[in-house]
Amino acid sequence: MADEVGLRGDSADRLIIEADEGLATIWSRRDFFSLAGWGGIVAALGAGGLAFGRFMFPRVLFEPVPIFKAGLPEEYPIGTVSERWKQEQRVWVVHEPDGFYALLAVCTHLGCTPNWLNAENKFKCPCHGSGFRRTGVNFEGPAPRPLERVKIALAEDGQLLIDKSIQFRFEKGEWTKSDAFLKLRA
Amino acid sequence: MMAGLNELKKKVVESQLWRSMFRHDYLDTPRNRVLQIMANVWLHLHPPKIRRHAVKIRFTWCMGGITFLMFLSTVVTGVILMFYYRPVAEYAYADMKYLKFDVPFGMIVRNMHRWAAHGMVITVWLHMFRVFMTGSYKPPREFNWVVGVVLLTITLLLSFTGYLLPWDQLSIWAVTVGTNMARATPLLGTEGPFAEVVGVTPRYDARAFLLGGTLVGPPTLLRFYVLHCIFLPILASLLMIVHFWRIRKDGGISGPL
Repeated sequence: MADEVGLRGDSADRLIIEADEGLATIWSRRDFFSLAGWGGIVAALGAGGLAFGRFMFPRVLFEPVPIFKAGLPEEYPIGTVSERWKQEQRVWVVHEPDGFYALLAVCTHLGCTPNWLNAENKFKCPCHGSGFRRTGVNFEGPAPRPLERVKIALAEDGQLLIDKSIQFRFEKGEWTKSDAFLKLRA
Repeated sequence: MMAGLNELKKKVVESQLWRSMFRHDYLDTPRNRVLQIMANVWLHLHPPKIRRHAVKIRFTWCMGGITFLMFLSTVVTGVILMFYYRPVAEYAYADMKYLKFDVPFGMIVRNMHRWAAHGMVITVWLHMFRVFMTGSYKPPREFNWVVGVVLLTITLLLSFTGYLLPWDQLSIWAVTVGTNMARATPLLGTEGPFAEVVGVTPRYDARAFLLGGTLVGPPTLLRFYVLHCIFLPILASLLMIVHFWRIRKDGGISGPL
């Protein structure tokens, strides 16, 4: 600063007020306004960013209803895996001697729709070759965990009622829950 | 006749209108050639002069330049396609077919867009391969290498987002598979590490952010369209400006090994 004064040396320099060492604070007025200005910009961008993040998650989703009626239990022969609802609802209905369970037809690898191969008694995913036993447990290919089971119950009119929004995971021990399996006398 | 033309040219070139836009004429002197480049907002990203080896096709393969040409092709054809394509589930597939079969030159514009996109991915890889094999990523060019890696990622994301837009079985399942990977995002994906700590659910996680829901549906189509046509091209353009400008600032194209 002293150099500049020396270099210019005209009358305007007398207006430059040097900070007195004794009066110097950590924050000068300029530091304060600079920080306040940048702080304001960062705060505004941050608030806008957070708002945008929330903006991208709408409160209501217009997606297909996850609950459907799957017909009467008698329509499913014992010991079969039914692909009847796969196209429409992505669900297999399996009828075992002691009752029903419903498997979500969504591969646990990357979300493709596997096929039921009756002759080989397994589900096979066409995308990357994951294989699942008829219980839904994975045994080959890249799938990291068993297929998900969904809630199955009887509706008041005697039809099977399947709710895909309630899912049961084998690895969490949820398949033993009452809604994951519909016990019926054969 | 010729004299009249020269007279007219002189009048135009010396008019205030012309002089206000173009400061330098075509005088072929080293100083004037530098001034022509430096005074032009588009050309100044490039160096006014380059070393002899920089134009050798065997050294650069011209892969960076061809990549940029591919990008320009997709921008031009993409904007033309936007005049017909509607990113709405009911219309998207039909509009794609309409472009293909009923719009004059629609098929060639669509295919130019498609093949330029494929070509861009290939030439980006070849460009990176050349840069790596000639050691051109080394200081002082290490920053530009990183910009290039980000540009590669954007190129792949542009291809990925564009893949959904025809809205057929192939694109829906490809994007189903692709966006399912977002489930494994650390902190932000339901099946990623520390998901329990953050408390994300399938309804509120990184994948739902991309899809606009819990499955690949109409909101996904619109989101991918906006990413494909607005967000990613602008980001790529900004980084390309930095990328080209840094070549000059880092001392021009690297020398042969």
